[in-house]
Amino acid sequence: MIRNELLICAGGACITSGEKSVKDALIEELNSHSIQEEVQVIETGCMGACDLGPIVVVYPEGTFYQKVTPETARLIVSEHLVKGRVVESLLYTEPETQQKVASGAEIPFYTRQVKRVLRNCGVIDPLSIEEYIARDGYFALATALEMSPEDIIGVVTESGLRGRGGAGFPTGFKWKATRDAKGSPKYVVCNGDEGDPGAFMDRSVLEGDPHSVIEAMTIAGYAVGAQRGYMYVRAEYPLAIERFEWALRKAREYGFLGENILGSGFSFDIEIRIGAGAFVCGEETALLRSIEGKRGTPSVKPPFPAQAGLWNRPTLINNVETYANIPQIITKGAQWFRSVGSPKSPGTKVFALAGNVQNTGLVEVPMGTTLRELVFDIGGGIPGGKKFKAAQTGGPSGGVITADYLDMPIDFDTVKELGTIMGSGGLIILDEDSCMVDVAKFYLGFTVDESCGKCTPCREGTRQMYHTMERICEGKGRDGDIEQLSRLAEVVRDTSLCGLGQSAPNPVLSTLRFYQDEYRAHIYDKKCPSHVCKHLLTYSVSADKCVGCTACARQCPSHAISGEVKKAHVIDQSKCSKCGTCYEVCRFGAIQKE
Amino acid sequence: MKSLEELKRIKEETLKEMDLRQAKERGKIVVAMGTCGIAAGAKDTLLSIIDELDKQGIHDVKVVQSGCMGLCDREPTVEVSMKDQPAVVYGDVDDANARRIIREHVGAGKVVADLVIKRENI
Repeated sequence: MIRNELLICAGGACITSGEKSVKDALIEELNSHSIQEEVQVIETGCMGACDLGPIVVVYPEGTFYQKVTPETARLIVSEHLVKGRVVESLLYTEPETQQKVASGAEIPFYTRQVKRVLRNCGVIDPLSIEEYIARDGYFALATALEMSPEDIIGVVTESGLRGRGGAGFPTGFKWKATRDAKGSPKYVVCNGDEGDPGAFMDRSVLEGDPHSVIEAMTIAGYAVGAQRGYMYVRAEYPLAIERFEWALRKAREYGFLGENILGSGFSFDIEIRIGAGAFVCGEETALLRSIEGKRGTPSVKPPFPAQAGLWNRPTLINNVETYANIPQIITKGAQWFRSVGSPKSPGTKVFALAGNVQNTGLVEVPMGTTLRELVFDIGGGIPGGKKFKAAQTGGPSGGVITADYLDMPIDFDTVKELGTIMGSGGLIILDEDSCMVDVAKFYLGFTVDESCGKCTPCREGTRQMYHTMERICEGKGRDGDIEQLSRLAEVVRDTSLCGLGQSAPNPVLSTLRFYQDEYRAHIYDKKCPSHVCKHLLTYSVSADKCVGCTACARQCPSHAISGEVKKAHVIDQSKCSKCGTCYEVCRFGAIQKE
Repeated sequence: MKSLEELKRIKEETLKEMDLRQAKERGKIVVAMGTCGIAAGAKDTLLSIIDELDKQGIHDVKVVQSGCMGLCDREPTVEVSMKDQPAVVYGDVDDANARRIIREHVGAGKVVADLVIKRENI
């Protein structure tokens, strides 16, 4: 008989921080108290609060234990489960009030979220198809198979669901175009090639609730008239692949995939295709070539995949998070879906919150939530009492949202007006110490590496832009660089073949728009206002604070510091390599960084 | 899997197994699991309570453990607090008494007077 359940978060972040050894310790301790028959241990998908991991939740109380180690895991068993005493030291502490929070449901990080796509993540065992069914899983498929394909497409269109992969294209329109397209067989493809640095929404869905995507793809197959689906997932996601594969096997066993599904006469199956680490394969035409076994390079649109996709046949391609919305739209209806979010961007969006913010992790909020709510209410604000500077959205294809727009509701259209994109949902928070020129250079460097090389504007244009950015950061910026950057950025944006190139200049354009003064400081004053670009820094010793302890002189790798014991030291600027060691080792605050 | 009925059957069966994770709003039963309680058999009491709730088909009441309540000579002690009603503490709750409490108090809403140690707000 089971009296308690222990849910352990087995999302990527918690696994990295030691989930496996925590689980082993729990099981060992349960055995040593002979209560292994009474307490069940279940591994779930990502619970979202990644910086609090490894997380263990004890049911029925719902007690939320954070940062559990193998040693403290034993306490959970011997104290909570044997003696009924909550282990206070492992509870979450509310930063403002310093109160301990016993239940996960009361942590502000969770209370402000609306979990739709992530409704099963961290709640069910992703390896159990029965638990998925218990949470209304596969009821949407059963419902859909009794509807006409046109009606299904009607509901999806009416819901106003837009592609969660980044561009926000209306999903229903894609479905209809694929259904209407001539040619057979047709295909259904899921884009799980989530490549933006810092984004892990799709991975978490595939790891935590794989059946929701299988169910949605099957419904899509029935709606557009396809019998074959492909799940394209990147090789860097081994756990997602493993769990999805297991889920496929279970779905076949239960007859949700295969011949004559639920006695409807409709047949459908899904195959996994593993990417080989190219960012460009997240672009749909490149992805389709990659599935065909060819080199992953994009092609001109039109024709769109809906007309000529996989092997030149009509192909429906949607992103993981988009599919994960479908089952609930079918069971609960279009109006339910529209009940949260903004009129033109209904529903929720999952964000991967990262960077200079207290609570990092995975959050799902209604579209139209403001950046302030995301960063300060859910994210808990900026650590170290620093000021918020900007949020980077859309990864290397996006730009920044500045502090002036903290209260603007975030949806597909509002972020576009600011010159950035929603993207797949990476949200990187930057504090006052971030150099925006350096940030733009980082993302540009990423696209330079990942450009497939097929078209010239992207291959050469981004590289030339990068060289200019590099020069600026090294203090070799010239008058006219800003104008040249803007001109080149526009050419790359307007003439590149695919989305990768067309969006690659966004980080530069966006930071030029909002932080041109920082570019000017780099180019004309040879200064980095945020003290990030090391070539633009000058280290000096302030004579009145220096006590002559010689610590800096002894540590300086380029022997640039000289001076007598107990007398003020001097840095020889011609020898200084700007490594910052002196700044780190000085205990008297005598080294100045400008 | 050939029908909606079968799907519903799996849902119902699995929901029972996932019962502990559901929100339980109607009430809470606290079993004192201090050293004294455990020595007096609180562990068996806890399992009897869970078993009887299951037999009676009651799924909206939470069963949790606590430390010693301080009534060591009347262990095992159990506190039953149903929504909008005063909490009741029972003493000497062995297997048979536990099952009575579930049937009479939790199931039928009648306090088991002869086992009561303390009633709130009286």
